[in-house]
Amino acid sequence: MVGKIFAVVLVLITLATAYCVMAHVWWMPVDISVHGPKIDHQLEETILVAGLLFVAGQLVLAAFAFLYGGVGKKPKQIPGGAKPLVIFAFVLVGAEILALSFIGSKAWGAVYFEAPDPASMRIDVQAGQFAYYFRYPGPDGTFGALHPDLMNEGTQNYFGLDTDHDADAKDDIVTAELAIPVNKPILLMLHSKDVGHSFYVRELRVQQDFVPGLNIPIHFTAIKTGRFEIVCTQLCGLGHYNMKAYLSVLSPSDFDDWLKKQAAMQ
Amino acid sequence: MKTHYRIAAMALLLLLIAVGLLRSAPGVGATATAQITGTVKLDGPAPHQKPIDMSKDPSCAQTGGGTQVSTENVVVGANGGLANVVVYISQGLTGNEAVTPSQPATIDQKGCQYVPHVLAMNVGQHLTVLNSDKTAHNIHPQPNPAGGNAQWNKSQTPGSSPLDVAWSNEEVAIPVKCNIHPWMHAYIAVVKGPFGVSNQTGSFKLDNVPPGTYTLTAWQETYGTQTQKVTVAAGKPATADFTFKAK
Repeated sequence: MVGKIFAVVLVLITLATAYCVMAHVWWMPVDISVHGPKIDHQLEETILVAGLLFVAGQLVLAAFAFLYGGVGKKPKQIPGGAKPLVIFAFVLVGAEILALSFIGSKAWGAVYFEAPDPASMRIDVQAGQFAYYFRYPGPDGTFGALHPDLMNEGTQNYFGLDTDHDADAKDDIVTAELAIPVNKPILLMLHSKDVGHSFYVRELRVQQDFVPGLNIPIHFTAIKTGRFEIVCTQLCGLGHYNMKAYLSVLSPSDFDDWLKKQAAMQ
Repeated sequence: MKTHYRIAAMALLLLLIAVGLLRSAPGVGATATAQITGTVKLDGPAPHQKPIDMSKDPSCAQTGGGTQVSTENVVVGANGGLANVVVYISQGLTGNEAVTPSQPATIDQKGCQYVPHVLAMNVGQHLTVLNSDKTAHNIHPQPNPAGGNAQWNKSQTPGSSPLDVAWSNEEVAIPVKCNIHPWMHAYIAVVKGPFGVSNQTGSFKLDNVPPGTYTLTAWQETYGTQTQKVTVAAGKPATADFTFKAK
C-alpha cells in the first residue's frame, strides 16, 4: 500500500513539475539582445533533454515502487541483474551531455568568438567593491590612460584619469549608469579595480567575469529600449549583494541627450 | 639670623612650588581660559564640484528629494569663507587641556552622504555613527597604517542601532568611505586639546584654551595644512585667520 501511495504522489509531483516547465509558468525574462535567441534555444534544448530524462526516470521509479514497493517486502531482483541497466544509463546520460556540449559550444562560439562589429561603440566598464562605473571616450573617441594612483572616490575620479595633463582623458565621460543606443553594436571592455566580479544583465543574456589584471571584451546589440538591472554575480565581498547598476537602452536621440547631460556633469 | 633667612627662603620656595603645582594640576583649571576665533578664506576661484550620480541605489536618489548633490572637497560660502577646515593646536599643549569631552561626537549617514563631511574629535572621545537612511551603509575608516589607529569596516543596515567607536591616537585626518556607495566620503580629525571646524562662512572657534603660546594648524582636505603662532592671554580672546590659495 505504501509503495502504491508513494508511486502516485511521485507521478503527481513529476507531472506538475513538467507542466510548470512546459507551460512556462516561471520562465526566462524577456530577451533584448540579438544573440539572445541562441542562448535561449540552448537552454530550451537542455531543459527538454534533461526534462525527458527526468520524467522517464521518475516514472520508472514510480513503476517499480508501485509493483514491488511496500513495507516488509523482500526486495525483488532485477531480471538479468542491475549491471546492464547501469551501463545503459551511463551511456545514455553521457551521450546526452556530449550532445549538449557540441550544440552548446556552437552557441557559445557564436556569442563569444565572433569578432565585434568594427562600428561598435566602445564603453569601458570598471568593477570595484561594490559598484560599477562606466566610461565613454567623449568627442575625441579616445580613452585617456588610467593611473591607479590617481583614483580618488572623494573627488569622483573613479578611473584614475589625469585630466590636468592628458588631453585624451579630459573629455572622457564617467557615469554611474550604463546607457546605450538601441540597435547599435556595443563593445564593453571590462576591467576590475580590485577583486573578481561578474557582469550580468539577465535580459541581455550576457554574463561575464571580471578577472583582476585583464581587460575582457564582450559585445552585444540590444534591440529593445528599457531600463534593466546590472548585478554582480561573483561573490566579491561584504557588499556584494548591493553591487549593482542600471542599463538604459535608449533611442539614439535620447542617448545623445543623455550623453550630453553626462558630459556637462563631469 | 642666617638660619632664619634660610628657613624663610625655603618656606617661600616650597610655597611657590606648591602653588605652581596646584595651578598646573588637571581639573584645577581655575585659570581663566580663553577662546580663539578666526576665519578661513579661500583666495581664488573654488574648484568645480562634480555632481554625484546616485542612480546605483534608488533609495539614495529618492532621499535627495531631487536636489543635485555634489562633492564637498572644497566648500566655499559667502565672502570666500572656506568651510570644513579643522583648526587645532598642534604645538604648545601642556596636557592640561586634553580633557576628553564626555559628550560623544556624532556622524550621520543621511541621503547617502556623511553628515558632517568633516568631523573633529578628541582622542578617546566616543563617536556615535548613525544611519538615517533606508538603505544599508558600510562605514570604512582608513587610518594611516603607521599611525596606530586601527582600520575597520562595519555594515549598518537601516534601522540598526548606532555604532559606538573611539580612536586611540591623534590623526588628521582619517578618510572614511562607504564601500556600498563609493561617492560617500568623510574625514575624521582626531586631535588632542581644543579644536574647531570652520562653518559655511569660514569662521571657527576653539573654546577653553588656557593661556600660552601655541602653534595653530588649519587642515583642509584638498589644500593641506597651514600653521601660525598664536598667544593666548588669560581670559582674553585671541584671533587667528587663515587663507588658503586656490590651486
